[in-house]
This record gives sequence, structure tokens and C-alpha cells, in this order.
Amino acid sequence: MTSPADVLLRVTDLRTHFHLGGEVARAVDGVSFDIHAGETVGMVGESGCGKSVTALSLLRLVDPPGRIEPGSRIEFEGRDLLALDNEGIRRIRGNRIAMVFQEPMTALNPVFSIGDQVAEVARVHAGASRKAAWERAVEMLNLVGIPDPRERAKAYPHQLSGGMRQRVLIAMALVMNPSLLIADEPTTALDVTIQAQILELLASLQQKLGLAVLLITHDLGVVAEVTSRVLVMYGGQVVERAPVRELFANPRHPYTRGLLQAMPRLGDHRDRLAVIPGTVPPPTRWPSGCRFRDRCPYAWERCATEAPPEYPAGNGHGARCHLVDEPARDVALAAPVA
Amino acid sequence: MATWLVKRLAQGLVVIVLTTTITFFLIHAAPGEPFAGLLDDPRTTQQMRDAHRARYGLDRPLVVQYARFVASIGTGNLGESFTYHRPVADVLGDAIPRTLLLMGAAMLVGFAAGIALGTAQGARPGGWLDRITGSMAVLVASLPDFWLALLALLLFAATWRILPVSGFSDPTLSASAPLVVRAGDVLRHLTLPAGTLGLLVAAIVSRYQRAALIDVLPEPWLRTARAKGVPRHAVIFRHALRNALLPTITLGGLAVPALLGGAVFVEVTFAWQGMGSLAVQAVGDRDYPLVLAIVLLSSALVVAGAIVADVVHAIADPRQRHA
Amino acid sequence: MPDATPSSLAAFADTEPAPTTPGAPGRIAAVLRRDPAATVAAAVLLLIAAAAVFAPWIAPFDPALPLDVEARAQPPSSIHWLGTDPLTRDLLSRILFGARVSLGISFLAVLVATIVGTAWGALAGYVGGWVDRVLMSVVDAGLAIPRILLLLGIVAFWRTLSAPALVVVLGLTGWFGASRLVRAEVQAARRRDFAIAARASGASPARVLVRHVLPHAMTPMLVAATLGVGQVVVIEAGLAFLGYGVAAPAASWGNIIRDGREVLATAWWVSVFPGIALALTVLAINVLGDRLRAALGAPQLPAP
Ligand SMILES: Nc1ncnc2c1ncn2[C@@H]1O[C@H](COP(=O)(O)OP(=O)(O)OP(=O)(O)O)[C@@H](O)[C@H]1O
Ligand code: SF4
Ligand SMILES: [Mg+2]
Repeated sequence: MTSPADVLLRVTDLRTHFHLGGEVARAVDGVSFDIHAGETVGMVGESGCGKSVTALSLLRLVDPPGRIEPGSRIEFEGRDLLALDNEGIRRIRGNRIAMVFQEPMTALNPVFSIGDQVAEVARVHAGASRKAAWERAVEMLNLVGIPDPRERAKAYPHQLSGGMRQRVLIAMALVMNPSLLIADEPTTALDVTIQAQILELLASLQQKLGLAVLLITHDLGVVAEVTSRVLVMYGGQVVERAPVRELFANPRHPYTRGLLQAMPRLGDHRDRLAVIPGTVPPPTRWPSGCRFRDRCPYAWERCATEAPPEYPAGNGHGARCHLVDEPARDVALAAPVA
Repeated sequence: MATWLVKRLAQGLVVIVLTTTITFFLIHAAPGEPFAGLLDDPRTTQQMRDAHRARYGLDRPLVVQYARFVASIGTGNLGESFTYHRPVADVLGDAIPRTLLLMGAAMLVGFAAGIALGTAQGARPGGWLDRITGSMAVLVASLPDFWLALLALLLFAATWRILPVSGFSDPTLSASAPLVVRAGDVLRHLTLPAGTLGLLVAAIVSRYQRAALIDVLPEPWLRTARAKGVPRHAVIFRHALRNALLPTITLGGLAVPALLGGAVFVEVTFAWQGMGSLAVQAVGDRDYPLVLAIVLLSSALVVAGAIVADVVHAIADPRQRHA
Repeated sequence: MPDATPSSLAAFADTEPAPTTPGAPGRIAAVLRRDPAATVAAAVLLLIAAAAVFAPWIAPFDPALPLDVEARAQPPSSIHWLGTDPLTRDLLSRILFGARVSLGISFLAVLVATIVGTAWGALAGYVGGWVDRVLMSVVDAGLAIPRILLLLGIVAFWRTLSAPALVVVLGLTGWFGASRLVRAEVQAARRRDFAIAARASGASPARVLVRHVLPHAMTPMLVAATLGVGQVVVIEAGLAFLGYGVAAPAASWGNIIRDGREVLATAWWVSVFPGIALALTVLAINVLGDRLRAALGAPQLPAP
């Protein structure tokens, strides 16, 4: 266990809601977690469970009608990010916390060369001269394994493959040696061999630069390989958290178990988790009580009336499920899948 | 790019030849007579008429006239003006630069103001600036050009008297006056005509620029720019605007025929002695060669505008540059 | 690509196609019900149209009759609400009668342009090949001459300025944009299955065109025609302003403005009031056309 002193990021009761006319979409609704310096934390969950909104909230990139609700707290390197003014948060973005997005095909500005776009980070944060920034860009492109970086820096996004663009985005993220990198499904849009290369790159850079990574993904295989702790999200909340081995060996939340069962075996490449019956309800209408109860094979009356708090389950393990409180009902507890 | 350009130029040439030919036959097949001033006079005898027609070859069959017209254009000769009794090229020599100056100034003012306003609007759609400017733009874009010119004339000639309302320069100003003084004088005379035309251009450009900017705002790469800590103004002006300017470049090319049309009215109203007022006058005098030359030049300008816009667009957009 | 031959500056950005959906009239009615700006614009247009239609009954004076021996323009007064022109004809009456000429001519001219443009574009789009290329190069040429120059040439040299002749001339110089629009729609529709299916089932090409293809061009054509009326109102007035409109003493907005031009400094009202009528009409048409286009989901930008 790490001491509180190395807590890099502490998110407490983060709620990000979209105010859509009469309705309120509670996309992120009471998320808390810590990230320690240098560790890699995985965040998994089905589409629409609030992973991207969580990530965007950390950098305050959620646009109206979205809003981070009062009472939420995001502390980073001891500073309260939600209390910073616009200039203050701007100095954090791309500098101390960097972000890599899912869509490499559209995440780069089509009218600027990739070198310019990487260099821009050094210019806005370090006030580097045009030339120095360009040198830094070339250096970063080299670091992320782009061949012939000095020449390639002059290329435009449309001239690069998806994998190369994702490398450019990673280079861009790492220019300022951030202490936290948020990677939102960095490989989902890429084909399988490229996915593996990008993950390998991320892992090696993480080692080399000692940065912490919040890795958002659909792919539990990726989680197993590169992360040390996992946050499972459902319905805008963290429903289970655990060290990675513990989670795979001893999942406590029925949703997590569903995800694990839906996980593709070796050699069987499906990239969506589709086996849990039913669909995620819209964030404007979460069910009362437990948000998973419509789809949960264990659900009983208590699940409908009482929203489960996160019950500690030892060893940094916790789950938002009444089964932890009433283990007698958990008849299939010993059915781990690994 | 080179082959593309050659192809575009060839297409443009076809357009110019077609417009000129159509106009040629339209004019010559018309029941009216050339030399309006001279021949409408009842004292003109049939003999004088015939002599005049013969002098300009108008007694020949139409096809022969057309062949001679084409041949003469081919050698760069635009013919002789019926009314001025001077080569058309001479008559147009003074007028063209004035019209180009007027159009250029109007475009400069109109695009600069339109892009600035449209960007300010698009950066905060639905805000007070957007709503006020947007309504103003719809209103101004609905004002007939000649009437707007008249209003300007009314205000500045009758009420404010701070700017010259007519002509290209002050006739009392000696030709030996220093260049700066003369240029300043032309500029003062240019202000109202170019301002009128420019205002109309600005109204349209601002609406386009606004729409273009709003179009790019949801692009994921703008979120990338924000996520890397680019300040808001640079996100809008560097990242978004650079992309949102591309359709506006196309608009610049498309604006040429409209500007030429607008120039006709503005020139007439402000007595700006350019191609537009010359065209109105030549049409009234039924000065065939002059009218044909003006049509030829106008369509050449339109074609050139479209090609220039395409070239600039291709240069400004790396996706086309490296295509 | 938008029409590049506007009647005036006001129009050069205004002819991008609206989307293709059948049932245009119903959807347009729905837009009118929902959108207050469009409703107001439509109401203003109706009012102006009514004034034009009922001019003979509502005009207080004979528009062509000089009323005063003292040949000077009279400022607005309780007798002449908008004053008189330099020949002491009642300005309000002239503007009301002028509306008949301006709106009538423009409406009919757009009708002519729409018919010619539809036929031309449908032919080009349907036949394709070299026919298409030839027909479209004529359109390109038409779009490359500023419309006012083309009109000046025709009108001045042909010297026929009866109202029907004006309608024909204005119509024949205004169909280029419409033909492009229809051609694009026809080409798109041709690729759609139902037209192919109809052809395969043995329907004649003309029948396929009229029954299956053209209905899809309805919405964009209606929007373009609405905006087209606005353009023609301005261009007709512009021609009259230059002295090539309907013959005096008939009033059109353009020639009233022209009458006022000489006396601008002493009798501003002569040019200003008909100009307001003109601008108001065009504004209403533009607002209506814009709202329709926006509501029907058409693009606002030119294709690159
Ligand atoms: N701008 C927005 N306006 C309204 N609702 C939004 C907006 N952005 C996100 N949401 C809603 O918030 C919820 C969470 O979205 P989010 O993008 O965080 O999901 P995700 O977990 O990242 O899914 P995916 O795996 O598909 O990326 C979704 O239901 C979505 O509809
Ligand atoms: S609280 Fe109840 S419904 Fe929710 S996951 Fe646990 S058992 Fe299922
Ligand atoms: Mg996401």
C-alpha cells in the first residue's frame, strides 16, 4: 500500500451532469478514486457508463450543457483543480496532466503539420522559441518511434496512418513530462497489431518517464496486461475497485463478473463486451436503488429500495453491491474467470 | 496541380468564348440600331446611315462580322468605339483600373470586416453580439445596392458633407500635385463607393464566416487543442479559424460576378468613371464594340476569380496541396 | 456549388440547395407554424402582395396623374402621406401601383426561370454524357456574366420594354442556378433504386423523370425560387433605376427611385420610401427563404 503522500490525483464525489432542457443526464454521478504517482490505473465499463466524461472532467473540458456539480472535488498535486481560474487550469492541461483521445483520425488539426502541433505544446507551456519547440517536437516524435522524425515532422495528419497519428498524439501529450497521462481508449480505433504496438509504447514510456497513467478501455485483456489497479464503472459510478490480480481472481460485483465472462479468450478477438444481457439505461433515468438491478441475476428487494454504498472488501478492494454486505446471497462467489 | 491548372484555364477560355459569342449574336440580332445618338436623329439621311454601317462593317452578313470580330480579338484588337472614335482598349484603359480599385477595396473592406464579425459571432453563437450582428447582416444583405448608394449619397452630399460623393478625383487638383496628395484625394473619393459595396460584402461574408466557424467548433481536434493547454483565443483564432477560412476563400472567388454587378450601380450613383458606368453608357449609345469588350473582360474576371480562389484554397489546404 | 450569378450583391450567397425531401409544401407549412421569424416574414409578404393586388381600390390617388400645377415634389403631408414625386403625383399611390409591377414581373420571371432551368437541368442530368457537358457549359457561361450586364445588353439593344417582354428577359437570364440545382437532384435521384426500378419496369424516360425524379427536387426548388423572387425584385428595380424598366408613366419601385434621384437633395422622400418598400420585401423574402432552408436542413456553406 502506498502512503497518502504519493497521492497524485484525488477525485472525491465527482458529479458531472448534462442539463438538457427539462432533463438532467447524470453522466458521472459520485465518482471517487485516487491515482498515485507512477502507477497505471485501468478504467473499464460498457459504452455510455461515463468513462470519457470522467476523463474530460478531470481537465475541466466538459462543455455546456455539461457541468461539474458543486460539491465535487478534484485535487491534483495538492491543488484544487475546480478552484482554479481558466488560466490556472489551462496551465495544467497538456503540461502536468495530458490526454490522449480515442479517435486518432480526427484528433489532429488537418491544416497544421504534426511537428507544429507537437511543438505548440512547448510553445504555450514553456514559452519555447519556434526553433527550440520544433527541436523538442522532433525529439518527441523520435521517442514515440516515428521513423525519420525530422522529415516526418513536416507531414500533415492526412499523410499518416492511424497508428502513426496515435503516436503523434502520445508525443504531443508527453512534451512537458506530465505527471499524469489520461488515455481514453487510445487503441480502440486501431487494428490489432497496431493496438499491441501502441500499448507497448505506452507501457515503456510509462516506465521510462515515471508517469502515472489512467487507462480507459473496453478491453479487460489490456487491463490485465498493463495496469496495477482497476476501476469498474457502471451508471456513472465506480461500482468496483481492486488491484488487478484481486479483481480477476475475486470479482465481487455481478457487473464485473459479467464483464469477465464476456472477456474474449486468447486468440479470440472481439473488442466489444456484449454478453451481459440488457442495455445501460439512459443517464437521465437511472433506476432507483442499485443502477444495475435491471440486469442483475442476483437482484432482490433491497436492491430496488436501497442504493448500495461502496462496501470495503479488504486489500483495497471495494464494490457497490449489497452482496458484499450479505455474502449468504452470493451463491456463485467462487466462480472466478481468469 | 499543373495539369489541373491547365484544365481549369481551358475550361475558363471556353466560358469566355461562349459568353462573348452569345452576347455578340444577342446584340447583333437585336432590332435596335447601333450608334444610338447619331442615328436616332431624324435628320440623319439613309445615305449617312449606310456610310456609317459600311465603315464599321455592319453591312456584312452576321457570320462574316462574327468571323472578323473573332479574328480581331485573336490579334488582341478589341475594335474601335462607335461613340468615342478611339480604340476600345484606350477607352477601357482608364476605366479598368478604377473598377479593379473599387472592387479590390470593397473586397478588402468587406472580407476583413465580414471575417472579423463572423468570427466574433461564431465564437459565441447565440450571444448578444451574434444576435445583433446577425440581424444587422440579414438586414444589410437585403438592401438593394443602388438604393444603399443613394442613401449614402443623400447623407453625405446633403447632410454631412465630409466626403466627396462623386467622381474619381478632384478635378481642380493640379496634376503636378505631389503623388501622396493625389493618392489621398483618390482614396477620399473611393471611400463612399467602396464603403457602400464593402458593407454589402461584409454582410454576406459575416454570415458565411459565422456558419463556417460553427461548423468546425465540434471537431475533435479542437478538443485536442484545448486539452494540450492552448489558450481559448488561440483555439479559436489559430486552430478553428484557420480551417473555417477555407470555405470563405471559395466565397471570395464566387463574389466576383456579384461585385461587378454591384459596381455597375455604385459607379453610376457616385459617378465613378469605371467599367460599370462605362457599360451603362455604352449600352445606351449602342456602342457594340465597347459593350462586347466589357462583357469579354467581365467574364474573364469572373473566370479568373474562380481560378484564383481555387488555387488559393488548394495552397491553404494541405489535404489538397499534397493530394 | 452556389449560384454565381446574383442579381445583386444581396443574393450571391443565397442559392445553395435545400435538401431533397418530397412533401415540401407540408413541411414548409410546418416551418411556418413553428418559427415566429418565418411567420412574420410570410405575413409581411402577404400584406405587400395584398397591397399590390388591391392597389386600384386602396390607392388614394391616380398614380399617373399630376395633381398640382406647381411642378415641385411635395413633402409628406396629411393629404399625401408619403409626399409626391417631382411631377406632383401621389407617392403612396405610385408605390402601391409600383408593387403590382415589381412583384408581378418578378414572380412571373421566376416562374419562367424555374421552368426553363428545370427543363435544362433535367435534360442535362438525365441524358448525361456530352449533351450534359454542352448544356452545362452554356450554364457556366451564363453564370460568368454579371446578370445586370447581360440584362442591360439585351434590354437596351432589343428596345422592347413591355411588361411581358421584361418577364421573359428576366426569366431567361435567371435560370442558370436553377438548372444546376435540378441537374444535381436528377443525377442523385437517378442513382437511387426507385428510378432504376421504374426504368427497368418499362416506364418511359420522360415518365420516370416527371413522376419519380423531379418530385425530389421540389423542396430545394421552392426554397431557391423564394429567394429568386427577392433577387429579381432587386434586379428589376435596378434596371428601372438605370432607365430600362417599364415605360413611363407606369410606376415601378425602381423607376420611382430613379425619379427621386435627380431631386435627392431637395426631396429625399421620393427615393427613400419606394426603397423602403423594396428593402422590406427583399428582407421578408430572405428571412423566409433562410428559415425554410435552415429548417429543411440545407448546408450553409459552399462545397469546397
Ligand atoms: N455533450 C453531451 N450532452 C449530453 N449527454 C452527454 C454528452 N456527452 C456525454 N453524454 C452522456 O453521458 C454518458 C456517458 O458518456 P461517456 O462518453 O462518458 O461514455 P463512455 O463510458 O466514455 O462510453 P464509450 O465507451 O462509448 O466511450 C452517455 O450516456 C452520454 O449520452
Ligand atoms: S446491489 Fe443487488 S442488483 Fe445491484 S449488483 Fe448487487 S446484487 Fe445486483
Ligand atoms: Mg468514451
